[in-house]
Amino acid sequence: MSLMEIKNLHKSFGGLTAVLNFNFDIEKEELVGLIGPNGAGKTTVFNLITGVYKPDEGRIFFNGQDIAGLPPYTICKKGIARTFQNIRLFNDLTVLDNVKIALHKDVPYSLMGAICRTPRFFRGEKKIEDKALEYLKIFNLDNKKDEIASNLPYGEQRRLEIARALATSPSLLILDEPAAGMNPQETHDLMNLIASIRERFKLSILLIEHDMSLVMGVCERIYVLDYGQIIAEGLPEKIRNDKKVIEAYLGEEV
Amino acid sequence: MLEFMQQIVNGLSLGAIYALIALGYTMVYGIIKLINFAHGDIMMVGAFVGFFSVTMLGVNIFVALLAAMAFCALLGVAIEKVAYKPLRQSTRIAALITAIGVSLFLEYVMVYFFTPNQRVFPAETFSLHNYHIAGLVISNKDMFVFGSAIILMIILQYIIKRTRTGKAMRAVSIDQEAAVLMGISVDKTISITFAIGSALAAAAGVLIGIYYNTINPLMGIIPGLKAFVAAVLGGIGIIPGAMVGGFVMGMLETMVSGYGSSLYRDAVAFGVLILILLIKPSGLFGKNTGEKV
Amino acid sequence: MQTIIKNWNWRKFVFEVLVLTGIFMLIQYGISNGLLNSYHQINLSSMCINIMLAVSLSLINGFTGQLSLGHAGFMAVGAYTSVVMTNMLGQPFILGILMACLMAGLAGFIIGVPTLRLKGDYLAIATLGFGEIIRVVLQNIDYVGGPAGILGITQLTTWPWLFAATVLTVVVIVNLINSSYGRAIISVREDEIASELMGINTTYYKVLAFVIGAMFAGLAGAMYAHYFYIIKPGTFNFMKSFDILVMVVLGGLGSTTGAVIAAIFITLLTAALQKWAAIRMILYAFILIVIMIYRPQGLMGNKELTTKTFGRVWGDKK
Ligand SMILES: Nc1ncnc2c1ncn2[C@@H]1O[C@H](COP(=O)(O)OP(=O)(O)O)[C@@H](O)[C@H]1O
Ligand SMILES: [Mg+2]
Repeated sequence: MSLMEIKNLHKSFGGLTAVLNFNFDIEKEELVGLIGPNGAGKTTVFNLITGVYKPDEGRIFFNGQDIAGLPPYTICKKGIARTFQNIRLFNDLTVLDNVKIALHKDVPYSLMGAICRTPRFFRGEKKIEDKALEYLKIFNLDNKKDEIASNLPYGEQRRLEIARALATSPSLLILDEPAAGMNPQETHDLMNLIASIRERFKLSILLIEHDMSLVMGVCERIYVLDYGQIIAEGLPEKIRNDKKVIEAYLGEEV
Repeated sequence: MLEFMQQIVNGLSLGAIYALIALGYTMVYGIIKLINFAHGDIMMVGAFVGFFSVTMLGVNIFVALLAAMAFCALLGVAIEKVAYKPLRQSTRIAALITAIGVSLFLEYVMVYFFTPNQRVFPAETFSLHNYHIAGLVISNKDMFVFGSAIILMIILQYIIKRTRTGKAMRAVSIDQEAAVLMGISVDKTISITFAIGSALAAAAGVLIGIYYNTINPLMGIIPGLKAFVAAVLGGIGIIPGAMVGGFVMGMLETMVSGYGSSLYRDAVAFGVLILILLIKPSGLFGKNTGEKV
Repeated sequence: MQTIIKNWNWRKFVFEVLVLTGIFMLIQYGISNGLLNSYHQINLSSMCINIMLAVSLSLINGFTGQLSLGHAGFMAVGAYTSVVMTNMLGQPFILGILMACLMAGLAGFIIGVPTLRLKGDYLAIATLGFGEIIRVVLQNIDYVGGPAGILGITQLTTWPWLFAATVLTVVVIVNLINSSYGRAIISVREDEIASELMGINTTYYKVLAFVIGAMFAGLAGAMYAHYFYIIKPGTFNFMKSFDILVMVVLGGLGSTTGAVIAAIFITLLTAALQKWAAIRMILYAFILIVIMIYRPQGLMGNKELTTKTFGRVWGDKK
């Protein structure tokens, strides 16, 4: 059984159809890319999967369960975590607190325990802190744990966002243009990091990238979206030579 | 049925006053996204200027109305320049607190100079006369209040729809940065908005003086809040919405006083506010806009 | 701004307990020896009540980021409930206090659930509206005296009660904020959508903060009613809510110590301006405007004043 299967998803905003008859599936531990020109509806698909928008029609099966239309926090608890195209960190908080917040869903003590400062609270806080640091270490951010998130350089903010998403211990991680605004070297490193995260945490990853060549290197399978519809799906080589895909991308400057 | 019609007639003039005040709220909110809590107090200052024009200078009511409008237009511009402009880049809550500060300042400066006591608006400006039309009683006072308010609203519509100033106001409220690129002076446009909004409030103040016969330095608070509710009801930032909202609030208030308990008159305004906010926060005429992620 | 809590810090705890006991004993001594006259005592009570109000509102406005303008309404619910319990039903004070918190919390829940869907200015106006509705409803209940309110309430709020209530308010809210639950609450302020997508039920935490804030406002109301003998609906109008908001913003949104300092400052300022009764409100308004123009982020911003801060200041001077 695939980890997530999307059937016949529709979404329109007023008169504009952003996603039309979208069908999709991803296996356990698969790394899939979703590409398409600007405004194709990629981010909208992510918003529908994670519950930010409610679909007009269609079903999203995650581990066999229909999650379409559930509130975002429930979807997150079921094991889907994401990053944002426009970075959305908790800007005034420290790097460490950003990750700690993502660990809240498994908080090991009660509200009363926190207010009364029980021993369980202190043990729990210690556990949260250790775990948060562990995630920061993976992304090489542990030495910046006390910095305010908005003061980090751009590339590190992107990495922190992934660390934070990972801290919710998802089985599906979805990344919206994680390399946007990075230079080629940073992008290359990031892609390697993404591949290694998948190995280490046995995750499935769904990746949006605007830049086609980049996705080709790392993704096992690719979906191409144009005007809200899938115009091609398959292995990178197949996509590279697909006439429709080339046309869609010729429509804009690459 | 006739009584119901009579209530509507009674509500019309009060509604027109609320509409005038609501317009200022809406215009200012539309342009700088600030709930100008001092707006009701500008109305109060207008009422006082009108009052002194009539009693001390002995001018007729039309001149008093114009004097109040002119004075408050300047007052509004000054308040914006001194208190709100420095806060344009800071948080909304800081601006809100400043507006509350300005409101208190105006109220208590007036209390200091003119005592908190009620003053009776001179009756001789208006020798009351009732007309009987199709079984309804309509006073010349109601007609004057309603008529002046309508004329002012027509003038406002003209300014907003037909003049360069109006176009600039609309442009700045839609997209400030784009407006700057088009060569519109944002500062000047904001000043003009405050001037017009405050002048309308001043007119409402004089009309309220005539309507209720009395004025006092704290008279702006409750009508200010109700007019604000009217602006939210119509969809804050939307000019026709403020007019409709004002009339609805005026009618509703006279209905509640006429048929139900006048003790709950003020609660009704807030009840309406909460209902509209829960059902359609963008107001009757507003569009729902979700956040793009 | 979050303190890292790894372990029970005995030294800090003992230090805090000593300081608090010291303050308590000192003032208790002053009261019993007549060193603090009734004027001092009234200001002291106002100060404690204002601290409770400001700290509880700062949980809602400062930490959760939900602009509420109806805090006086919850204070009213607490004040009236406690007086009904003690004066009218003859129950002990402690029961009155508990009921006050409970009813104010309930009011917070009933108001919070529908209104907290709203954002920013809209939420502010809706809470203002609800606060005013609470007042108007109280005005129309004859059992609690209508617009005239209730007079001749027994003065049960003594210094130990006041001190305990204030410390309880601050400790509970500070402990809440400095925990995983507090981080969840703060994340709502920082970015509601991101918070929701990190698995945090933002509606739940908004309502939670609102209810807890309302409960402590209710506690403050109970303390107020049993200190000042009289309660009437007019006391709890939206101007009172503004006053509390002013303390929170003045202290700095998201700073508990800021809220405490601002509450003390405003109480002292009000007391000092009493001498110039005629221009008191003018000055108050003027000071408010000036502070907002020159320091819109408040005294403390979102920083906390800690013993460490003092250490740093002294350290720098060396
Ligand atoms: N909340 C929204 N309201 C209105 N239109 C939207 C909204 N979100 C996305 N859209 C529209 O849907 C289309 C697809 O957008 P998006 O999914 O962001 O594209 P992509 O991520 O592929 O660049 C665009 O035309 C965009 O303007
Ligand atoms: Mg996108």
